[in-house]
Amino acid sequence: MRPLIGQREPHGMRHDPSPSKWQYRYERWMLTPIYRRLIRTGLPVLMVSALVGIYVMDGDRRQAISDGYNDMVRSFQQRPEFMLSAMAVDGVDTETATAIRSVLNYNFPVSSFDLDLEEGRRRVEEVAVVERATLRIKPGGILQVLVTPRVPVAIWRQGEALHLVDASGRVIADVQSRGDRAELPLIAGDGAKDALTEAMSIFAAAGPVAPRVRGLVRMGERRWDVVLDRDQRILLPETDAVTSFERVVVMSQTQDLLERDVAVVDMRNKDRPTLRLGESGAAEMRRINADVSGAGN
Amino acid sequence: MKQLYETQRAMRNMRKAALQRGLIAILDVGTSKVACLVLRFDGPERSRGEDGVGSLAGQSSFRVIGAATTRSRGVRFGEVDAMQETERAIRTAVQAAQKMAGVRVDHVIACLSGARPRSYGLAGDVNVNGEVVSGEDIGRVLAACDMPDLGEGREVLHAQPINFNLDHRTGMSDPRGHAGNVLSTDMHLLSVDAAAMQNLFQCIRRCDLELAGIASSAYVSGISSLVEDEQELGAACIDMGGGSTGVSIFMKKHMIYADSVRMGGDHVTQDISMGLQVPHAIAERIKTFYGGVVATGMDDREQIEIGGDTGDWERDRRTVSRAELIGIMRPRVEEILEEARARLDAAGFEYLPSQQIVLTGGASQIPGLDGLASRILGQQVRLGRPLRVQGLPQAATGPAFAAAVGLTLFAAHPQDEWWDFEVPTESYPSRSLKRAVKWFKDNW
Repeated sequence: MRPLIGQREPHGMRHDPSPSKWQYRYERWMLTPIYRRLIRTGLPVLMVSALVGIYVMDGDRRQAISDGYNDMVRSFQQRPEFMLSAMAVDGVDTETATAIRSVLNYNFPVSSFDLDLEEGRRRVEEVAVVERATLRIKPGGILQVLVTPRVPVAIWRQGEALHLVDASGRVIADVQSRGDRAELPLIAGDGAKDALTEAMSIFAAAGPVAPRVRGLVRMGERRWDVVLDRDQRILLPETDAVTSFERVVVMSQTQDLLERDVAVVDMRNKDRPTLRLGESGAAEMRRINADVSGAGN
Repeated sequence: MKQLYETQRAMRNMRKAALQRGLIAILDVGTSKVACLVLRFDGPERSRGEDGVGSLAGQSSFRVIGAATTRSRGVRFGEVDAMQETERAIRTAVQAAQKMAGVRVDHVIACLSGARPRSYGLAGDVNVNGEVVSGEDIGRVLAACDMPDLGEGREVLHAQPINFNLDHRTGMSDPRGHAGNVLSTDMHLLSVDAAAMQNLFQCIRRCDLELAGIASSAYVSGISSLVEDEQELGAACIDMGGGSTGVSIFMKKHMIYADSVRMGGDHVTQDISMGLQVPHAIAERIKTFYGGVVATGMDDREQIEIGGDTGDWERDRRTVSRAELIGIMRPRVEEILEEARARLDAAGFEYLPSQQIVLTGGASQIPGLDGLASRILGQQVRLGRPLRVQGLPQAATGPAFAAAVGLTLFAAHPQDEWWDFEVPTESYPSRSLKRAVKWFKDNW
């Protein structure tokens, strides 16, 4: 009979290949899918996250990490290929260009990462003269500002001041005297620049009368008066102002209406243009009427 | 009877659970080796599209993903002799197979090669309730079989219905739906030593494994090494193992008889060991390298170095002629085959229409065995190898693995057993309780 009580195997005997009970259980445990997954992925993930967590828990280390990161970003952004050295403003005169430069006030050289081109464009477009602006970075480190300037269409007199106004009614700039921009028509009165479109069509309809037109005056923010030289005035209605003005022009052509001593042509009542004569004309009229009535009666 | 039902049904449920999980282990605890295969079930076979027939005749729904063999210890005559040793051998095999499969298995199906199986033919008949045979009638006719006296300490291993008769018609495989009056059945019952079975249970349980089924090794060897025609027409499978030789007879794809001879390859080795005065390990080596059963004139001249490491030069340098070795082996092999012949005769094998005999098992690899066997067993003898199953390593395809491979087929397609049919309602003690539960369910 073989010994039943467990004994150490004599040295040199072949090792028993069978696993011990606990080793067997451990192997089976390790082969269980959930533990297998836990140990092969769960544990490393947990360990790495714990290490990272412990490292980051210290505020100084966090600061150092963020500083290092910022430095890295900084040094990348400051590389010469991203640096801008100059600004070129195209499409406007020198005076406006200076204004735009002062508005943008970049301290060159500057990295293109630090520029907010959209914001810069908005700032340039706030300059009165500028209608539209395009900012782009040209190769060679140049910030190009392409500007489309506003075109003045009229002079707007406000009290003593004279302003240049563009087609949309925006004030572009001031002028010293009317003579500086003699080619532009003049408008005046409260709310004149808000009805600029109508004013421009009235000017366009002037035709032969055009040399005599001094300007347009907005009356009570609702209708236009055309002021001619020799203190003549044409009072236009609120509606159909252009048509009424054209009628006056036609009348002037056919009957030399405006050549006569007429102070005011009142077109406000469309059915019946009304004239006010000048002083000499009125006196002459009275005289003639008296003659006629004296002779006739 | 009730207890048998319960254990077998519990094992069947365990098998279902294992199949649901898709993993099951096969454990063949033999006298000379312990083999463990890990099977993965992938559900129904995926269509291959190339031809209509699935590979391996539809047996490819599973795949062997782990296989391991280890030298068996503590097993004699196919029965557990030293439990600790056997347990360790099982642990070694299971652990290696698990390692190869890369997954843990909890359910095993085992086979029993010794344990003195005894076959009984049972018959029973009942009147059919109603016009046609229903599933319940089958349960009743199976329950009506008169139980033989198995003897003290015996337990039922298999109880398979093999034939149904309805009135005067016989040879029905499935009588359900047939019209008739009297249904009778023939059943094959295989009983084994309860103690041997319990010991194997115990060993497996001590390895933290759940038993999901148990089968006779003679039966599963027959499944794996008999081809379909042989199973259908009638054939015997002789599984020559290490410590015992299983005999099973198949007819109409059912096992109708099984027995085992308590002699095997290990006895041949023992004879060599005694005859040549060498240790068991050397005898085993000489047997596998030079063994045979038919001597020729050439074998007289072929000298075999016996070898050994006793330190005695005279003893270690002995030689023996191959004829002498064959002279030692042949009587024992003849004895085994004659014993098997006696079992076949007792079972009435000669009355079968076809008398094919298939030799398998590790000891069937002795050169010249088929010639010797045909002189003892009859002309229709062939050496059988187990069916190829998917994923089986080359090393495990030999006839020594007939039982292990048969167990894989058994796991995939188990035979209907007695306890798989619904027990007739009369024998339910809990019937009134069930009725009460049913009444509650119906009314609320």
